Amino acid sequence: MPTTVPAHGNDAAGRLKELADATASDSALRRFLHGLPGVDAVGLEARAASLGTRSIKTTAKAYAIDLAISMIDLTTLEGADTPGKVRALAAKAANPDPTDRTTPRTAAVCVYPDMVATAKAVLAGTDVKVASVATAFPAGRAALPVKLADTRDAIEAGADEIDMVIDRGAFLAGRYMDVLEEIRAVKAECGDKARLKVIFETGELSTYDNIRRASWIGMLAGADFIKTSTGKVAVNATPANTLLMLEAVRDFRALTGVQVGVKPAGGIRTTKDAIKFLVLVNETVGEDWLDNTWFRFGASSLLNDLLMQRQKLSTGRYSGPDYVTVD
Amino acid sequence: MADMASPKAFAYAPAPESRAVVDIAPSYGLFIDGEFAEATGGKVFKTISPSTEEVLSEVAQGSAEDVDRAVKAARKAFEKWSALPGAERAKYLFRIARIIQERSRELAVLETLDNGKPIKETRDADLPLVAAHFFYYAGWADKLDHAGYGANPRPLGVAGQVIPWNFPLLMLAWKIAPALATGNTVVLKPAETTPLSALFFADICRQAGLPKGVVNIVTGDGTTGAALVAHEGVNKVAFTGSTAVGKAIARTVAGTDKKLTLELGGKGANIVFDDAPIDQAVEGIVNGIFFNQGQVCCAGSRLLVQESIQDELLDALKRRLSTLRLGDPLDKNTDIGAINSAEQLARITELADSGEAEGAERWAPACDLPENGFWFRPTLFTGVTQAHRIAREEIFGPVLSVLSFRTPGEAVAKANNSQYGLSAGIWTEKGSRMLAVASKLRAGVIWANTFNKFDPTSPFGGFKESGFGREGGRHGLEAYLDV
Amino acid sequence: MSDRLSVFKTYKLFVGGKFPRSESGRVYEVTDSKGNWLANAPLSSRKDARDAVVAARKAVGGWSGATAYNRGQVLYRVAEMLEGRRDQFVAEVAEAEGLTKAKAVAQVDAAIDRWVWYAGWTDKIGQITGGTNPVAGPFFNVSSTEPTGVVAVLAPQESSFLGLVSVIAPAIATGNTVVVVASEKAPLPALSLGEVLATSDVPGGVVNVLSGRTAEIAPSLAAHQDVNAIDLAGADAGLAKELEIAAADNLKRVLRPQAVDWAAAPGTDRMTAFLETRTVWHPTGSLGAGGSSY
Repeated sequence: MPTTVPAHGNDAAGRLKELADATASDSALRRFLHGLPGVDAVGLEARAASLGTRSIKTTAKAYAIDLAISMIDLTTLEGADTPGKVRALAAKAANPDPTDRTTPRTAAVCVYPDMVATAKAVLAGTDVKVASVATAFPAGRAALPVKLADTRDAIEAGADEIDMVIDRGAFLAGRYMDVLEEIRAVKAECGDKARLKVIFETGELSTYDNIRRASWIGMLAGADFIKTSTGKVAVNATPANTLLMLEAVRDFRALTGVQVGVKPAGGIRTTKDAIKFLVLVNETVGEDWLDNTWFRFGASSLLNDLLMQRQKLSTGRYSGPDYVTVD
Repeated sequence: MADMASPKAFAYAPAPESRAVVDIAPSYGLFIDGEFAEATGGKVFKTISPSTEEVLSEVAQGSAEDVDRAVKAARKAFEKWSALPGAERAKYLFRIARIIQERSRELAVLETLDNGKPIKETRDADLPLVAAHFFYYAGWADKLDHAGYGANPRPLGVAGQVIPWNFPLLMLAWKIAPALATGNTVVLKPAETTPLSALFFADICRQAGLPKGVVNIVTGDGTTGAALVAHEGVNKVAFTGSTAVGKAIARTVAGTDKKLTLELGGKGANIVFDDAPIDQAVEGIVNGIFFNQGQVCCAGSRLLVQESIQDELLDALKRRLSTLRLGDPLDKNTDIGAINSAEQLARITELADSGEAEGAERWAPACDLPENGFWFRPTLFTGVTQAHRIAREEIFGPVLSVLSFRTPGEAVAKANNSQYGLSAGIWTEKGSRMLAVASKLRAGVIWANTFNKFDPTSPFGGFKESGFGREGGRHGLEAYLDV
Repeated sequence: MSDRLSVFKTYKLFVGGKFPRSESGRVYEVTDSKGNWLANAPLSSRKDARDAVVAARKAVGGWSGATAYNRGQVLYRVAEMLEGRRDQFVAEVAEAEGLTKAKAVAQVDAAIDRWVWYAGWTDKIGQITGGTNPVAGPFFNVSSTEPTGVVAVLAPQESSFLGLVSVIAPAIATGNTVVVVASEKAPLPALSLGEVLATSDVPGGVVNVLSGRTAEIAPSLAAHQDVNAIDLAGADAGLAKELEIAAADNLKRVLRPQAVDWAAAPGTDRMTAFLETRTVWHPTGSLGAGGSSY
């Protein structure tokens, strides 16, 4: 296997050229995607559930909690977001537990484009990244120039990472090439200034076969991360859809040598949930993905639960919501 | 990469299930006519934990006289038990099912200690299936008129049942639940290396208030089992175990009126077509041969893979095997536990060595084996042909033989080319191919896009030298009814 | 006995797992067989019936989608919970039906055992109603049964508890949900059964219990377009005919009233009445393009 490069690395484009045939035309792409091995839903869910029974205790739990904290994209994506709210969130990301300075920082904060500058100002001098959703998040129902302008705005405001949504309508209508080219266009806009996370909204794609196909479209188009969901629909990240996407990045790296990250988002609220996802990572793709360059959690309330569990491990007594900060 | 934190392994800390939930007595007698009693002559044998070789308890070695006492007790109990309204028998079995559910953690730990299999399996597979089996047959006890065997079908009498060590309590459930539901009484002999859960089950019978003599447990070795199946007071013999012993039992009961069912060996073919859901197929292959350390009669011990995807599949399989966690069976994260006995380990070792000697290529992931106890690495052999012993003989261990095929017809021919016919697996996304292949396979249980699935409603049993008769489901009633 | 004043029980409807009063705000007097006042029962309106159908419909997906094994466990749990409140039901049945204690005990015991009987059927009825069909062609053909959906049940008027259980349990055993109209003159055991069901792992909405005038409530259930079937056990001949005509509007499955000895062992009729059979065809083909079977 060739040495691994990240999707935004210099060699990645060259590596992907080897798969140029697959993306040469609409029909070639369709044949490629429909030629991917099928996914048996029962088997996939059973595997995810069985990994969910791993028992992570004591030192392993402490390790997992800190790792999970360091992987969070601490998120606020509300119509009601204000500079005050975003500043508080960013402060929390930089200093999650004021009572314990050994607590790791989160990987990033994730906000709307117009809040990027606010977040950036608070986080200056830290290694916490600012991620911005873009491309007419969450529905993605806008013309391409609008989506690109949205992306450009976020990057100009200082975003380190862009979380774009794919055009699910195009995907479900079978216009895979449109989906791919749109991602490519956004990727070009990101250039080497921002890493690109591609959100599939797996709850809307509905089938596992679709999620596998979308994963490959995203990776072929140059995504740095593939991400489950916006957090705005009924079904967001699940162990099964995340396992499937982990299998996809594993297979993609085996084929191309290009490594792509995975970000489950939405619905992960407890330490127990987060640890289950880390077990999925550990046993599907292994330690190469076990850091925040390659795996993220899109979450908000998860952080406080992790902090309470962390306090429990260090003090031996259960903590409560009054002992973590509300933001 | 500069921004890449140095990776460190996510090492799972030990997560042992507590042994304190189970209280094993230093010695156990035979359970006959509702009482525990020493064996005639007082002979005993030790049962050990195969993962540590620690002695767990001493158990009575039942003699022919003990078997005779047990059969007589069962005969005496039969009269009233078979005359009870079905609804009342049902309620006893429901009670047993509920008590098993209540005591399931205790029984899971016990089974793991005595058998060596991972707690994950006893907790999540064995015990839930045991309770479900009693629950299912409880429901049949008052519905026999609806089972398709005519009106008011009658029980046979005393059932002599001999069970193996691979699923001690589950095999007990498969034997006792349908026997009792249909109005028979039983004398059951558990395996020599795993007698404890049957003795705990005796206690459950007492808690449930089951009338004395309806269930009798006689521990011992092969001679005890032989005495039981030969006893003239036995009306029905049910055996799960090796094909060799099954044949001996068939000879023993020849010329008698004893009804016989046999669940014997297997050499299941797991057939993977090029359009299979690969990731799930890999899981199914792993589950098929490494579940319970491969000590499963219906194990998918032969992988038949379409040549066009062989390399890809083997890469994926090896990658997956490297993540299996072998070690302390009581650790909740253990995937592969201990081999049940030194004797079985020797047999697995001998057959695996023959595979190498006959020219197949051996592969096993690197993993440390504990110092004490009986262990065998999950192993696969490539380059296996139909002529190799490891393609024909039942290894009953964590050893997978990989063969290839080119066409569906060849896959079926190779799968069927065996003295056995217990199980098979088919992996393909194409429904018509699955059904066409299934209809040609000479095997009693066929799993498509899954493997090693069990349910009390579903009949289980083999073709050819894998035995005859079915256990489970509506079909499982027939073995215990005079029809 | 001291002169302590006892606490009366307020009987309420059981709808969607909750215990509402009648939307009508009305009650009616329930008396024992000698005419002595026992309690007030809610007098359900058509709106209560409508609410109950909504609750029942909402519960269909989860209940019919549960495994048969799980439904069996839940039904058995009902028997376990009833066993613990046996004395209460013996007293209620004795009062409601004017029975001696011994006879009431027999009714209640039989009712508990009936739950056990149907608990055992959940994972077996499909095995005797379905199966493969040996069609003449290269096809796999299998028939299986599934619940029809929401069943309106008019409970028997005379057998306030054993009869009630005998009509509810078979309908829900197979995965239907029910709206049951209790015996008009003896509704109290039915309303108390709701309290048992609420604490028995039965999901809310699977069984909904209404009390009141059968002839007032039943027509709206019989005509309701979102009800799939109706059991007319508790209707007299005249009402039954009228309801069957109304039920024809959306071709409800109708189980007509018949003479039933509720104490006798039931067959499978009350389950099969509310099952649909689905048959699936799938090609099997041959192993090779040449049609050879190797």
